[in-house]
Amino acid sequence: MVKVRLWGTLRQWTDGQQDVDVEGQTFKQVLDNLSAAYPGLAPQIKRGVSLAVDGVIYRDAWFQPIAPGAEVVLMPFMKGG
Amino acid sequence: MALDDQKRAFKYVGTTPNRPDGVDKVTGKAQYGADITAPGMLMGAVLRSPHPHARIVSIDTSAAEAMPGVRAVVTGKDFPAVEDQGFADIGETCMARDKVLYDGHPVAAIAATTPAIAKAAIRAIKVEYAPLPHVTDVDEAMLPDAPVVLEGRALEHVPAGMSQNVTNTCEFGHGDLEAGFTKADLILERSFKVGAAHQGYIEPNACMASYAADGRADLYCCTQGHFFVRAVCSALMGMEASQLRVTASEIGGGFGGKTTVFVEPVALMLSKKSGRPVKLVMTRDEVFKATGPTVHASVDCKIGMTKDGRITAGDMTLRYSGGAWPSGTIEMGAQAGFAAYDMPAVRTLGWTALTNRPKEISYRAPGAPQAVYAVESLIDEMCQQLGLDPVETRLKNAARKGTLSSYGVTFDDIGMVATLEAAKAHPHWSAPLGPNQGRGIAAGFWFNFGGNTCVSLNINADGTASVTEGNPDIGGSRASISLMAAEELGIPYDNIRTIVADTASLGYNDNTDGSRVTFAVGLATIKAARAAIKVMCDRAAAMWGIDAEAVEWIDGAAVPAGPNAGKFPPMSLAEIAAMSFQTGGPIAGHHEVNVDGAGVSFGVHICDVEVDPETGHTLVTRYTVAQDAGKAVHPTYVEGQMQGGAVQGIGWALNEEYIYGRDGRLQNAGFLDYRIPVASDLPKIDTVILEIPNPGHPYGVRGVGETPIVPPLAAVTNAVSRAIGKRMYQVPMSPPRIMTTIKGK
Repeated sequence: MVKVRLWGTLRQWTDGQQDVDVEGQTFKQVLDNLSAAYPGLAPQIKRGVSLAVDGVIYRDAWFQPIAPGAEVVLMPFMKGG
Repeated sequence: MALDDQKRAFKYVGTTPNRPDGVDKVTGKAQYGADITAPGMLMGAVLRSPHPHARIVSIDTSAAEAMPGVRAVVTGKDFPAVEDQGFADIGETCMARDKVLYDGHPVAAIAATTPAIAKAAIRAIKVEYAPLPHVTDVDEAMLPDAPVVLEGRALEHVPAGMSQNVTNTCEFGHGDLEAGFTKADLILERSFKVGAAHQGYIEPNACMASYAADGRADLYCCTQGHFFVRAVCSALMGMEASQLRVTASEIGGGFGGKTTVFVEPVALMLSKKSGRPVKLVMTRDEVFKATGPTVHASVDCKIGMTKDGRITAGDMTLRYSGGAWPSGTIEMGAQAGFAAYDMPAVRTLGWTALTNRPKEISYRAPGAPQAVYAVESLIDEMCQQLGLDPVETRLKNAARKGTLSSYGVTFDDIGMVATLEAAKAHPHWSAPLGPNQGRGIAAGFWFNFGGNTCVSLNINADGTASVTEGNPDIGGSRASISLMAAEELGIPYDNIRTIVADTASLGYNDNTDGSRVTFAVGLATIKAARAAIKVMCDRAAAMWGIDAEAVEWIDGAAVPAGPNAGKFPPMSLAEIAAMSFQTGGPIAGHHEVNVDGAGVSFGVHICDVEVDPETGHTLVTRYTVAQDAGKAVHPTYVEGQMQGGAVQGIGWALNEEYIYGRDGRLQNAGFLDYRIPVASDLPKIDTVILEIPNPGHPYGVRGVGETPIVPPLAAVTNAVSRAIGKRMYQVPMSPPRIMTTIKGK
């Protein structure tokens, strides 16, 4: 089980919860399970998100392992200039 | 890929050799976008809308098509529909379909045998418009009765009942705001405005397209990412990516502004219809009117602080507009605004609204300067009111390892405290000021990114090496990549040449953006070099007749690893390369990766100004940048990035702004009226490069290209406000705005 912290806008899809628990050992598993558990999040996840795992921001890293107890933060898909 | 060893001694990394593109550029040999030519080439020209918002009733191109020398005419109807919404939006910025959405929106294009004929033919096209009400200001665009720019583009989390121009909202933060503000001795709430600034690159957008009868095409263009150009253009043209080869020219500046396309699909379609190569070069007027500036912003910021300078809470509402199409930049600004501080309670709420302006495109640290400007200005005003030192106050609140950031991530090793300490220790901070002068300080933050990257490194038979990468070099990356290859291989920098390959020669590379190239391409280069070294060690082992595992690479040569491996003299890279054909064939290393692990970066800027109380003219008299580079691979280039970002931020703070008239048309589409700073406007920008290694890179590299544009808006504002004795809440601080504030109007 991984605790995922969401950004505030997304609380409307998780009954007001900013931290949600989902199964998953990798980046993709966590996102897939988030979409399944909270379908309201699915459009945003499909458009693109990042996951910060213990402070490191990952984008599109499907197989990035996520250990139980890791700090996992859902972020918008990040881009720069 | 983790940091190798923080105490590693570098031989080549950290030196400042001459730039490999220098001779070509100073002798005029370098080929930029407009320099590319082909036999039989036609010249293109684009007809643009004079209306900020109008329905296109009809386009009559018959007269233009009948003109001698005209070979092709293109309108929006020539492009197939595209399913991908992002690509479709980009396509519509290149050529309008049913509506024009901003002053300068392309409606038709011509290819002709000469530029004069192309321009004349443009004038012969008859377009009937049905003008619609327009809106160019973000606050007005959010009003319920505002003219609607595009319908049905709001994301699912935007509350119902708002103007259809509101397409996105976001909220970040943590803690109990009410409790935080209750603990404050001083609470200030201020509103700020930030004008839209253009990236101001000197080279206008330009390309040359050649579409062959067999369906294959070549495209040469100035771009920050030719692989992205290929992806967009092949989609918009309805062709397979493999049939479109894109080659990046040398680039005369980008700063984020060349991370998309504006003329390339049009040139390709003109070439397809005419059967001839077509060149399209934007005029400066066109660059201003129809290539993306930044978002413009309206910000409300509220901060609570104790008498001794501890921030107890921060709350900010950001309203950004990225022009006539939805933009995600608000999310970056909302996350970055308070990121430099350790805040017990913080919230940033962001909104995006459509306006009748060109589609925003990235500009160094997109979204961050606007948000950080408000925070850093307000902190400075609170320091003034409470009689606090602005550096000590920032140090007291600085984010550090273990801080829960305002965007939800707990920081690892970061450089906020170090950059503040460097600024505090710099002689600039304690230098005396004269009459009408003021000093401002501000901090800034940026995320930095990695991304998709491919590098191929070939060992040549003469003992030199060639590195092939896929990111246009806008900030000196060929030198930095060569330095990292030299470091790994153990051969001199001058024995390595790094080139930027076309899209047919490498796998996909993300754009040169996000401060990613030295970090990500550097990482891939190091891995490619290590792969080549592995091959060279294997070859040496085979020649020595020992196990491959018994060979290691030291200072440019294979050597037996320990006394049990046998006694052989070191075999240099040149010796192994010279025998490569006999020992198994050419030697190369490759690495393909989607890199993560970019380290966040902080910067602190000090600015001195002198304001003429009679005219409101501001002269920047001294400026210092302290920034964390992780590891400065080529310190001169790092310094250049820091200086360049500061200068662009100074321009934004004092002069640069898109000004729209009541008619919705851009009033200052040229460098005379949109004035960027020139050398004579500026002092030397002093720099302090700090090196707090990024744990996610073998040498500790962090990106440096974007952070330096984040602090200047507030640093200059704080200096001007202190110089005139009144606070400024809008950038740019043009002389009339300063005079209005001085006079108390």
